[in-house]
Amino acid sequence: MGKRIGLEVSLSAAEAVKMANVDCIAAYPITPQTHIVEHLSELVNNGELDAEFIPVESEHSAMSVSAGVSAVGARAFTCTSSQGLALMNEIVHIVASMRLPIVMILANRSMSGPISIWNDHTDVMSIRDCGWIQVFANNGQEVFDNVLFAYRVAESQKVMLPLIVNIDGFILTHVIEPVEFWEKEQVERYLPDFKPVYTMHPDRPVTMGGVGMPYVFSEAKVAQDEPLIQSKTEIITAWKELGDIVGRYYKPIETYRIEDAETLFVTQGSFGETVSLVVDALRDEGESVGLVMDRLWRPFPFDEFREATSQAKNLIVIDRAISYGGQGGPLAIDIRSALYKGENQPNITNFICGLAGRDVTINDFKNIYHKAMEKVKENPREEDFEYYGVRGK
Amino acid sequence: MTKTRQDLAWQELEIGATLITPGNSEEYKSGDWRSIRPVVDNKKCIKCGTCYIFCPDAAIYETEEGFFEANLYYCKGCGICATECPTQAIEMVEEEE
Amino acid sequence: MEIVEPTNVYAYKLITKKEYFAPGHRACQGCAEALAVRLVAKALGRNVIVASATGCMEIISSPMPYTSWRVPWIHVAFENAAAVASGAEAGMKVLMRKGRVPKKKITFLAMAGDGGTSDIGVQALSGALERGHDFIYICYDNEAYMNTGIQRSSSTPYGASTTTSPAGKVIPGQMTWKKNMPEIAAAHTIPYVATACPSYPIDLVEKVKKAARLKGPAYVHILSVCPTGWRLPPELAIKAGRLAVETGVFPLYEVEHGRYRFTGKIEKLRPVKEYLKIQGRFRHLSEEMIDTIQKRVVEEYEKLEKKVEMTEGD
Repeated sequence: MGKRIGLEVSLSAAEAVKMANVDCIAAYPITPQTHIVEHLSELVNNGELDAEFIPVESEHSAMSVSAGVSAVGARAFTCTSSQGLALMNEIVHIVASMRLPIVMILANRSMSGPISIWNDHTDVMSIRDCGWIQVFANNGQEVFDNVLFAYRVAESQKVMLPLIVNIDGFILTHVIEPVEFWEKEQVERYLPDFKPVYTMHPDRPVTMGGVGMPYVFSEAKVAQDEPLIQSKTEIITAWKELGDIVGRYYKPIETYRIEDAETLFVTQGSFGETVSLVVDALRDEGESVGLVMDRLWRPFPFDEFREATSQAKNLIVIDRAISYGGQGGPLAIDIRSALYKGENQPNITNFICGLAGRDVTINDFKNIYHKAMEKVKENPREEDFEYYGVRGK
Repeated sequence: MTKTRQDLAWQELEIGATLITPGNSEEYKSGDWRSIRPVVDNKKCIKCGTCYIFCPDAAIYETEEGFFEANLYYCKGCGICATECPTQAIEMVEEEE
Repeated sequence: MEIVEPTNVYAYKLITKKEYFAPGHRACQGCAEALAVRLVAKALGRNVIVASATGCMEIISSPMPYTSWRVPWIHVAFENAAAVASGAEAGMKVLMRKGRVPKKKITFLAMAGDGGTSDIGVQALSGALERGHDFIYICYDNEAYMNTGIQRSSSTPYGASTTTSPAGKVIPGQMTWKKNMPEIAAAHTIPYVATACPSYPIDLVEKVKKAARLKGPAYVHILSVCPTGWRLPPELAIKAGRLAVETGVFPLYEVEHGRYRFTGKIEKLRPVKEYLKIQGRFRHLSEEMIDTIQKRVVEEYEKLEKKVEMTEGD
């Protein structure tokens, strides 16, 4: 068993990146990601991590540099938040199409404007369709474990796709949590060396990034989506093996007290831990409620989600992001689509809350629960969504 | 022969749409573009290599005797070789239909 | 180093016969930029990794499933050639240091057009130069966004007519002066900066080889005549490049560790009119504008001469 210490989650993340023996770190500072890259540069400059720390001049270059690193067969790491993610947007799409297994930690933060340094999921939702594998980590230990998982899955021969680990900015990045480090030999057992299919090297010249002529573009896109869809198998295997090594098992959909629950909360990110306490409190009051936490966002785990919600009459979907002019938050929209014409058709209520890191307390979630119950009583097929806790007349 | 257009199935694309046959553009007949072609008068040719070095398409090659000829598979008929030849040994001639 | 006159050209046969940039590419007839790429490929040989920006040379050389590249080549996006090359260089450095790849000299090349360098690519270029990566950056300057249809860039010269700076009744073409990218690169105090033109192939090859030899960032700015965009007959592509140099519009020089040196000094500059009049993009110029251009060209040339003197480059 590795040493267990209380450490700021950002620093744990950096330590995990170090244990993963990355080759290059290319990052540009942005709140609230800064502590991660600061610690990494310390590790490099103190000789504790043998890697190149490349202080790029913008996030766009952070992802571009990472593309170059990955293309020559080296292990690349980068890290950013909202505005930085938006700036590197075009490259995010491109590296997925080029199947470069870059790992990025996204310290979730509001997309401007107004400018906000605090946490919500509007940034990760802006790249929902970019082709990366996307997972959520909900506490310090999960961040540590999932960085190693990230390289293991991203670089797997059957996958070879870039991967994002989402961690809530400030709410996770800047808090101290107990984390159990891995032993070196555990990492060696779990994470093999990076062996790309093709690399940039004069001994075997290849051309990467050719022009997608119309007669071949669609084929290239299917060739990109299929591995993402199929990657779920490898993801589940990798999480199982992780559990076999360190005793912590992760699943695409985590559930809490869903047995004979009439109503289920659905959350992503650090909300899950808070809502699990709410579930306990409500059950003590006699409510029939449980919790489904979505850990794997892309590829979306349809089977697991449908199974977890198969007995529920009502879903309360908590979104920390907005789809302006759309039918609610992005999570709710995806979920409605996932359940459409399925065997079980629960009532789906959707609450958008916690934007810009606004606190959503246990009482707030209890209010949300009662509001949801009112809604389904009045209008069972209510498809409306609500911005929770917004002051207005 | 590189598979193209009607033939290439999505499963046949290399990972990341990487192209793994270096220089396979040489299968493409850019010579179809031209309407005039260079004709060299070897009596005037001093074998200097000017035409060869200035061809953007690497379509001029050195023969065994050291003279230079246009590779009509690639030659686009731009006329640079004829213009640059120091002894005016090259003439651009209309392609017949 | 003297300009090679066309009549002493047997030296052309000393350049490698190997073609690392394969024929069958889709460049226009008479494209001097494609010629420059071909020459650079000969200068660098097979131990090179190329990161290219979006642009003419990228499009014509990599229409799936064909590629003209016989060396490793990667294209990611428009403005990040320097960043991708930085990553490749750093990644390879680590791989060799950790023993995962056998140590050997590999040259890292970033290539982009004038748009991808002096406009959208300036940031990535500046960052890469400042960080000191051991790579070469080559700007193939055809003085406009040719690939997308001849739109002006900050490299378009004063007076030129392009599709977004057309010679109109009120505004007669491009009204600002060409951005001086070699000077911007030199201001980063990198070991080597040079200008070159494929009309002087040996000079170009020697400069690129020197850039590869010197450790640290190098910047080479290559004037690439574009018959399509400059509106001149394709057979005059080489002659136009020669006139650009001989009139002083595009002087050939090097800056090695801050010391300026002409490579082939023109003792008596030809009048710029000889260069301008063969190009359709300058056809509309008034006598006054030609005069303005002539004065400015001489002014810039004299500034360069002073720099050579000041830095004792000669």
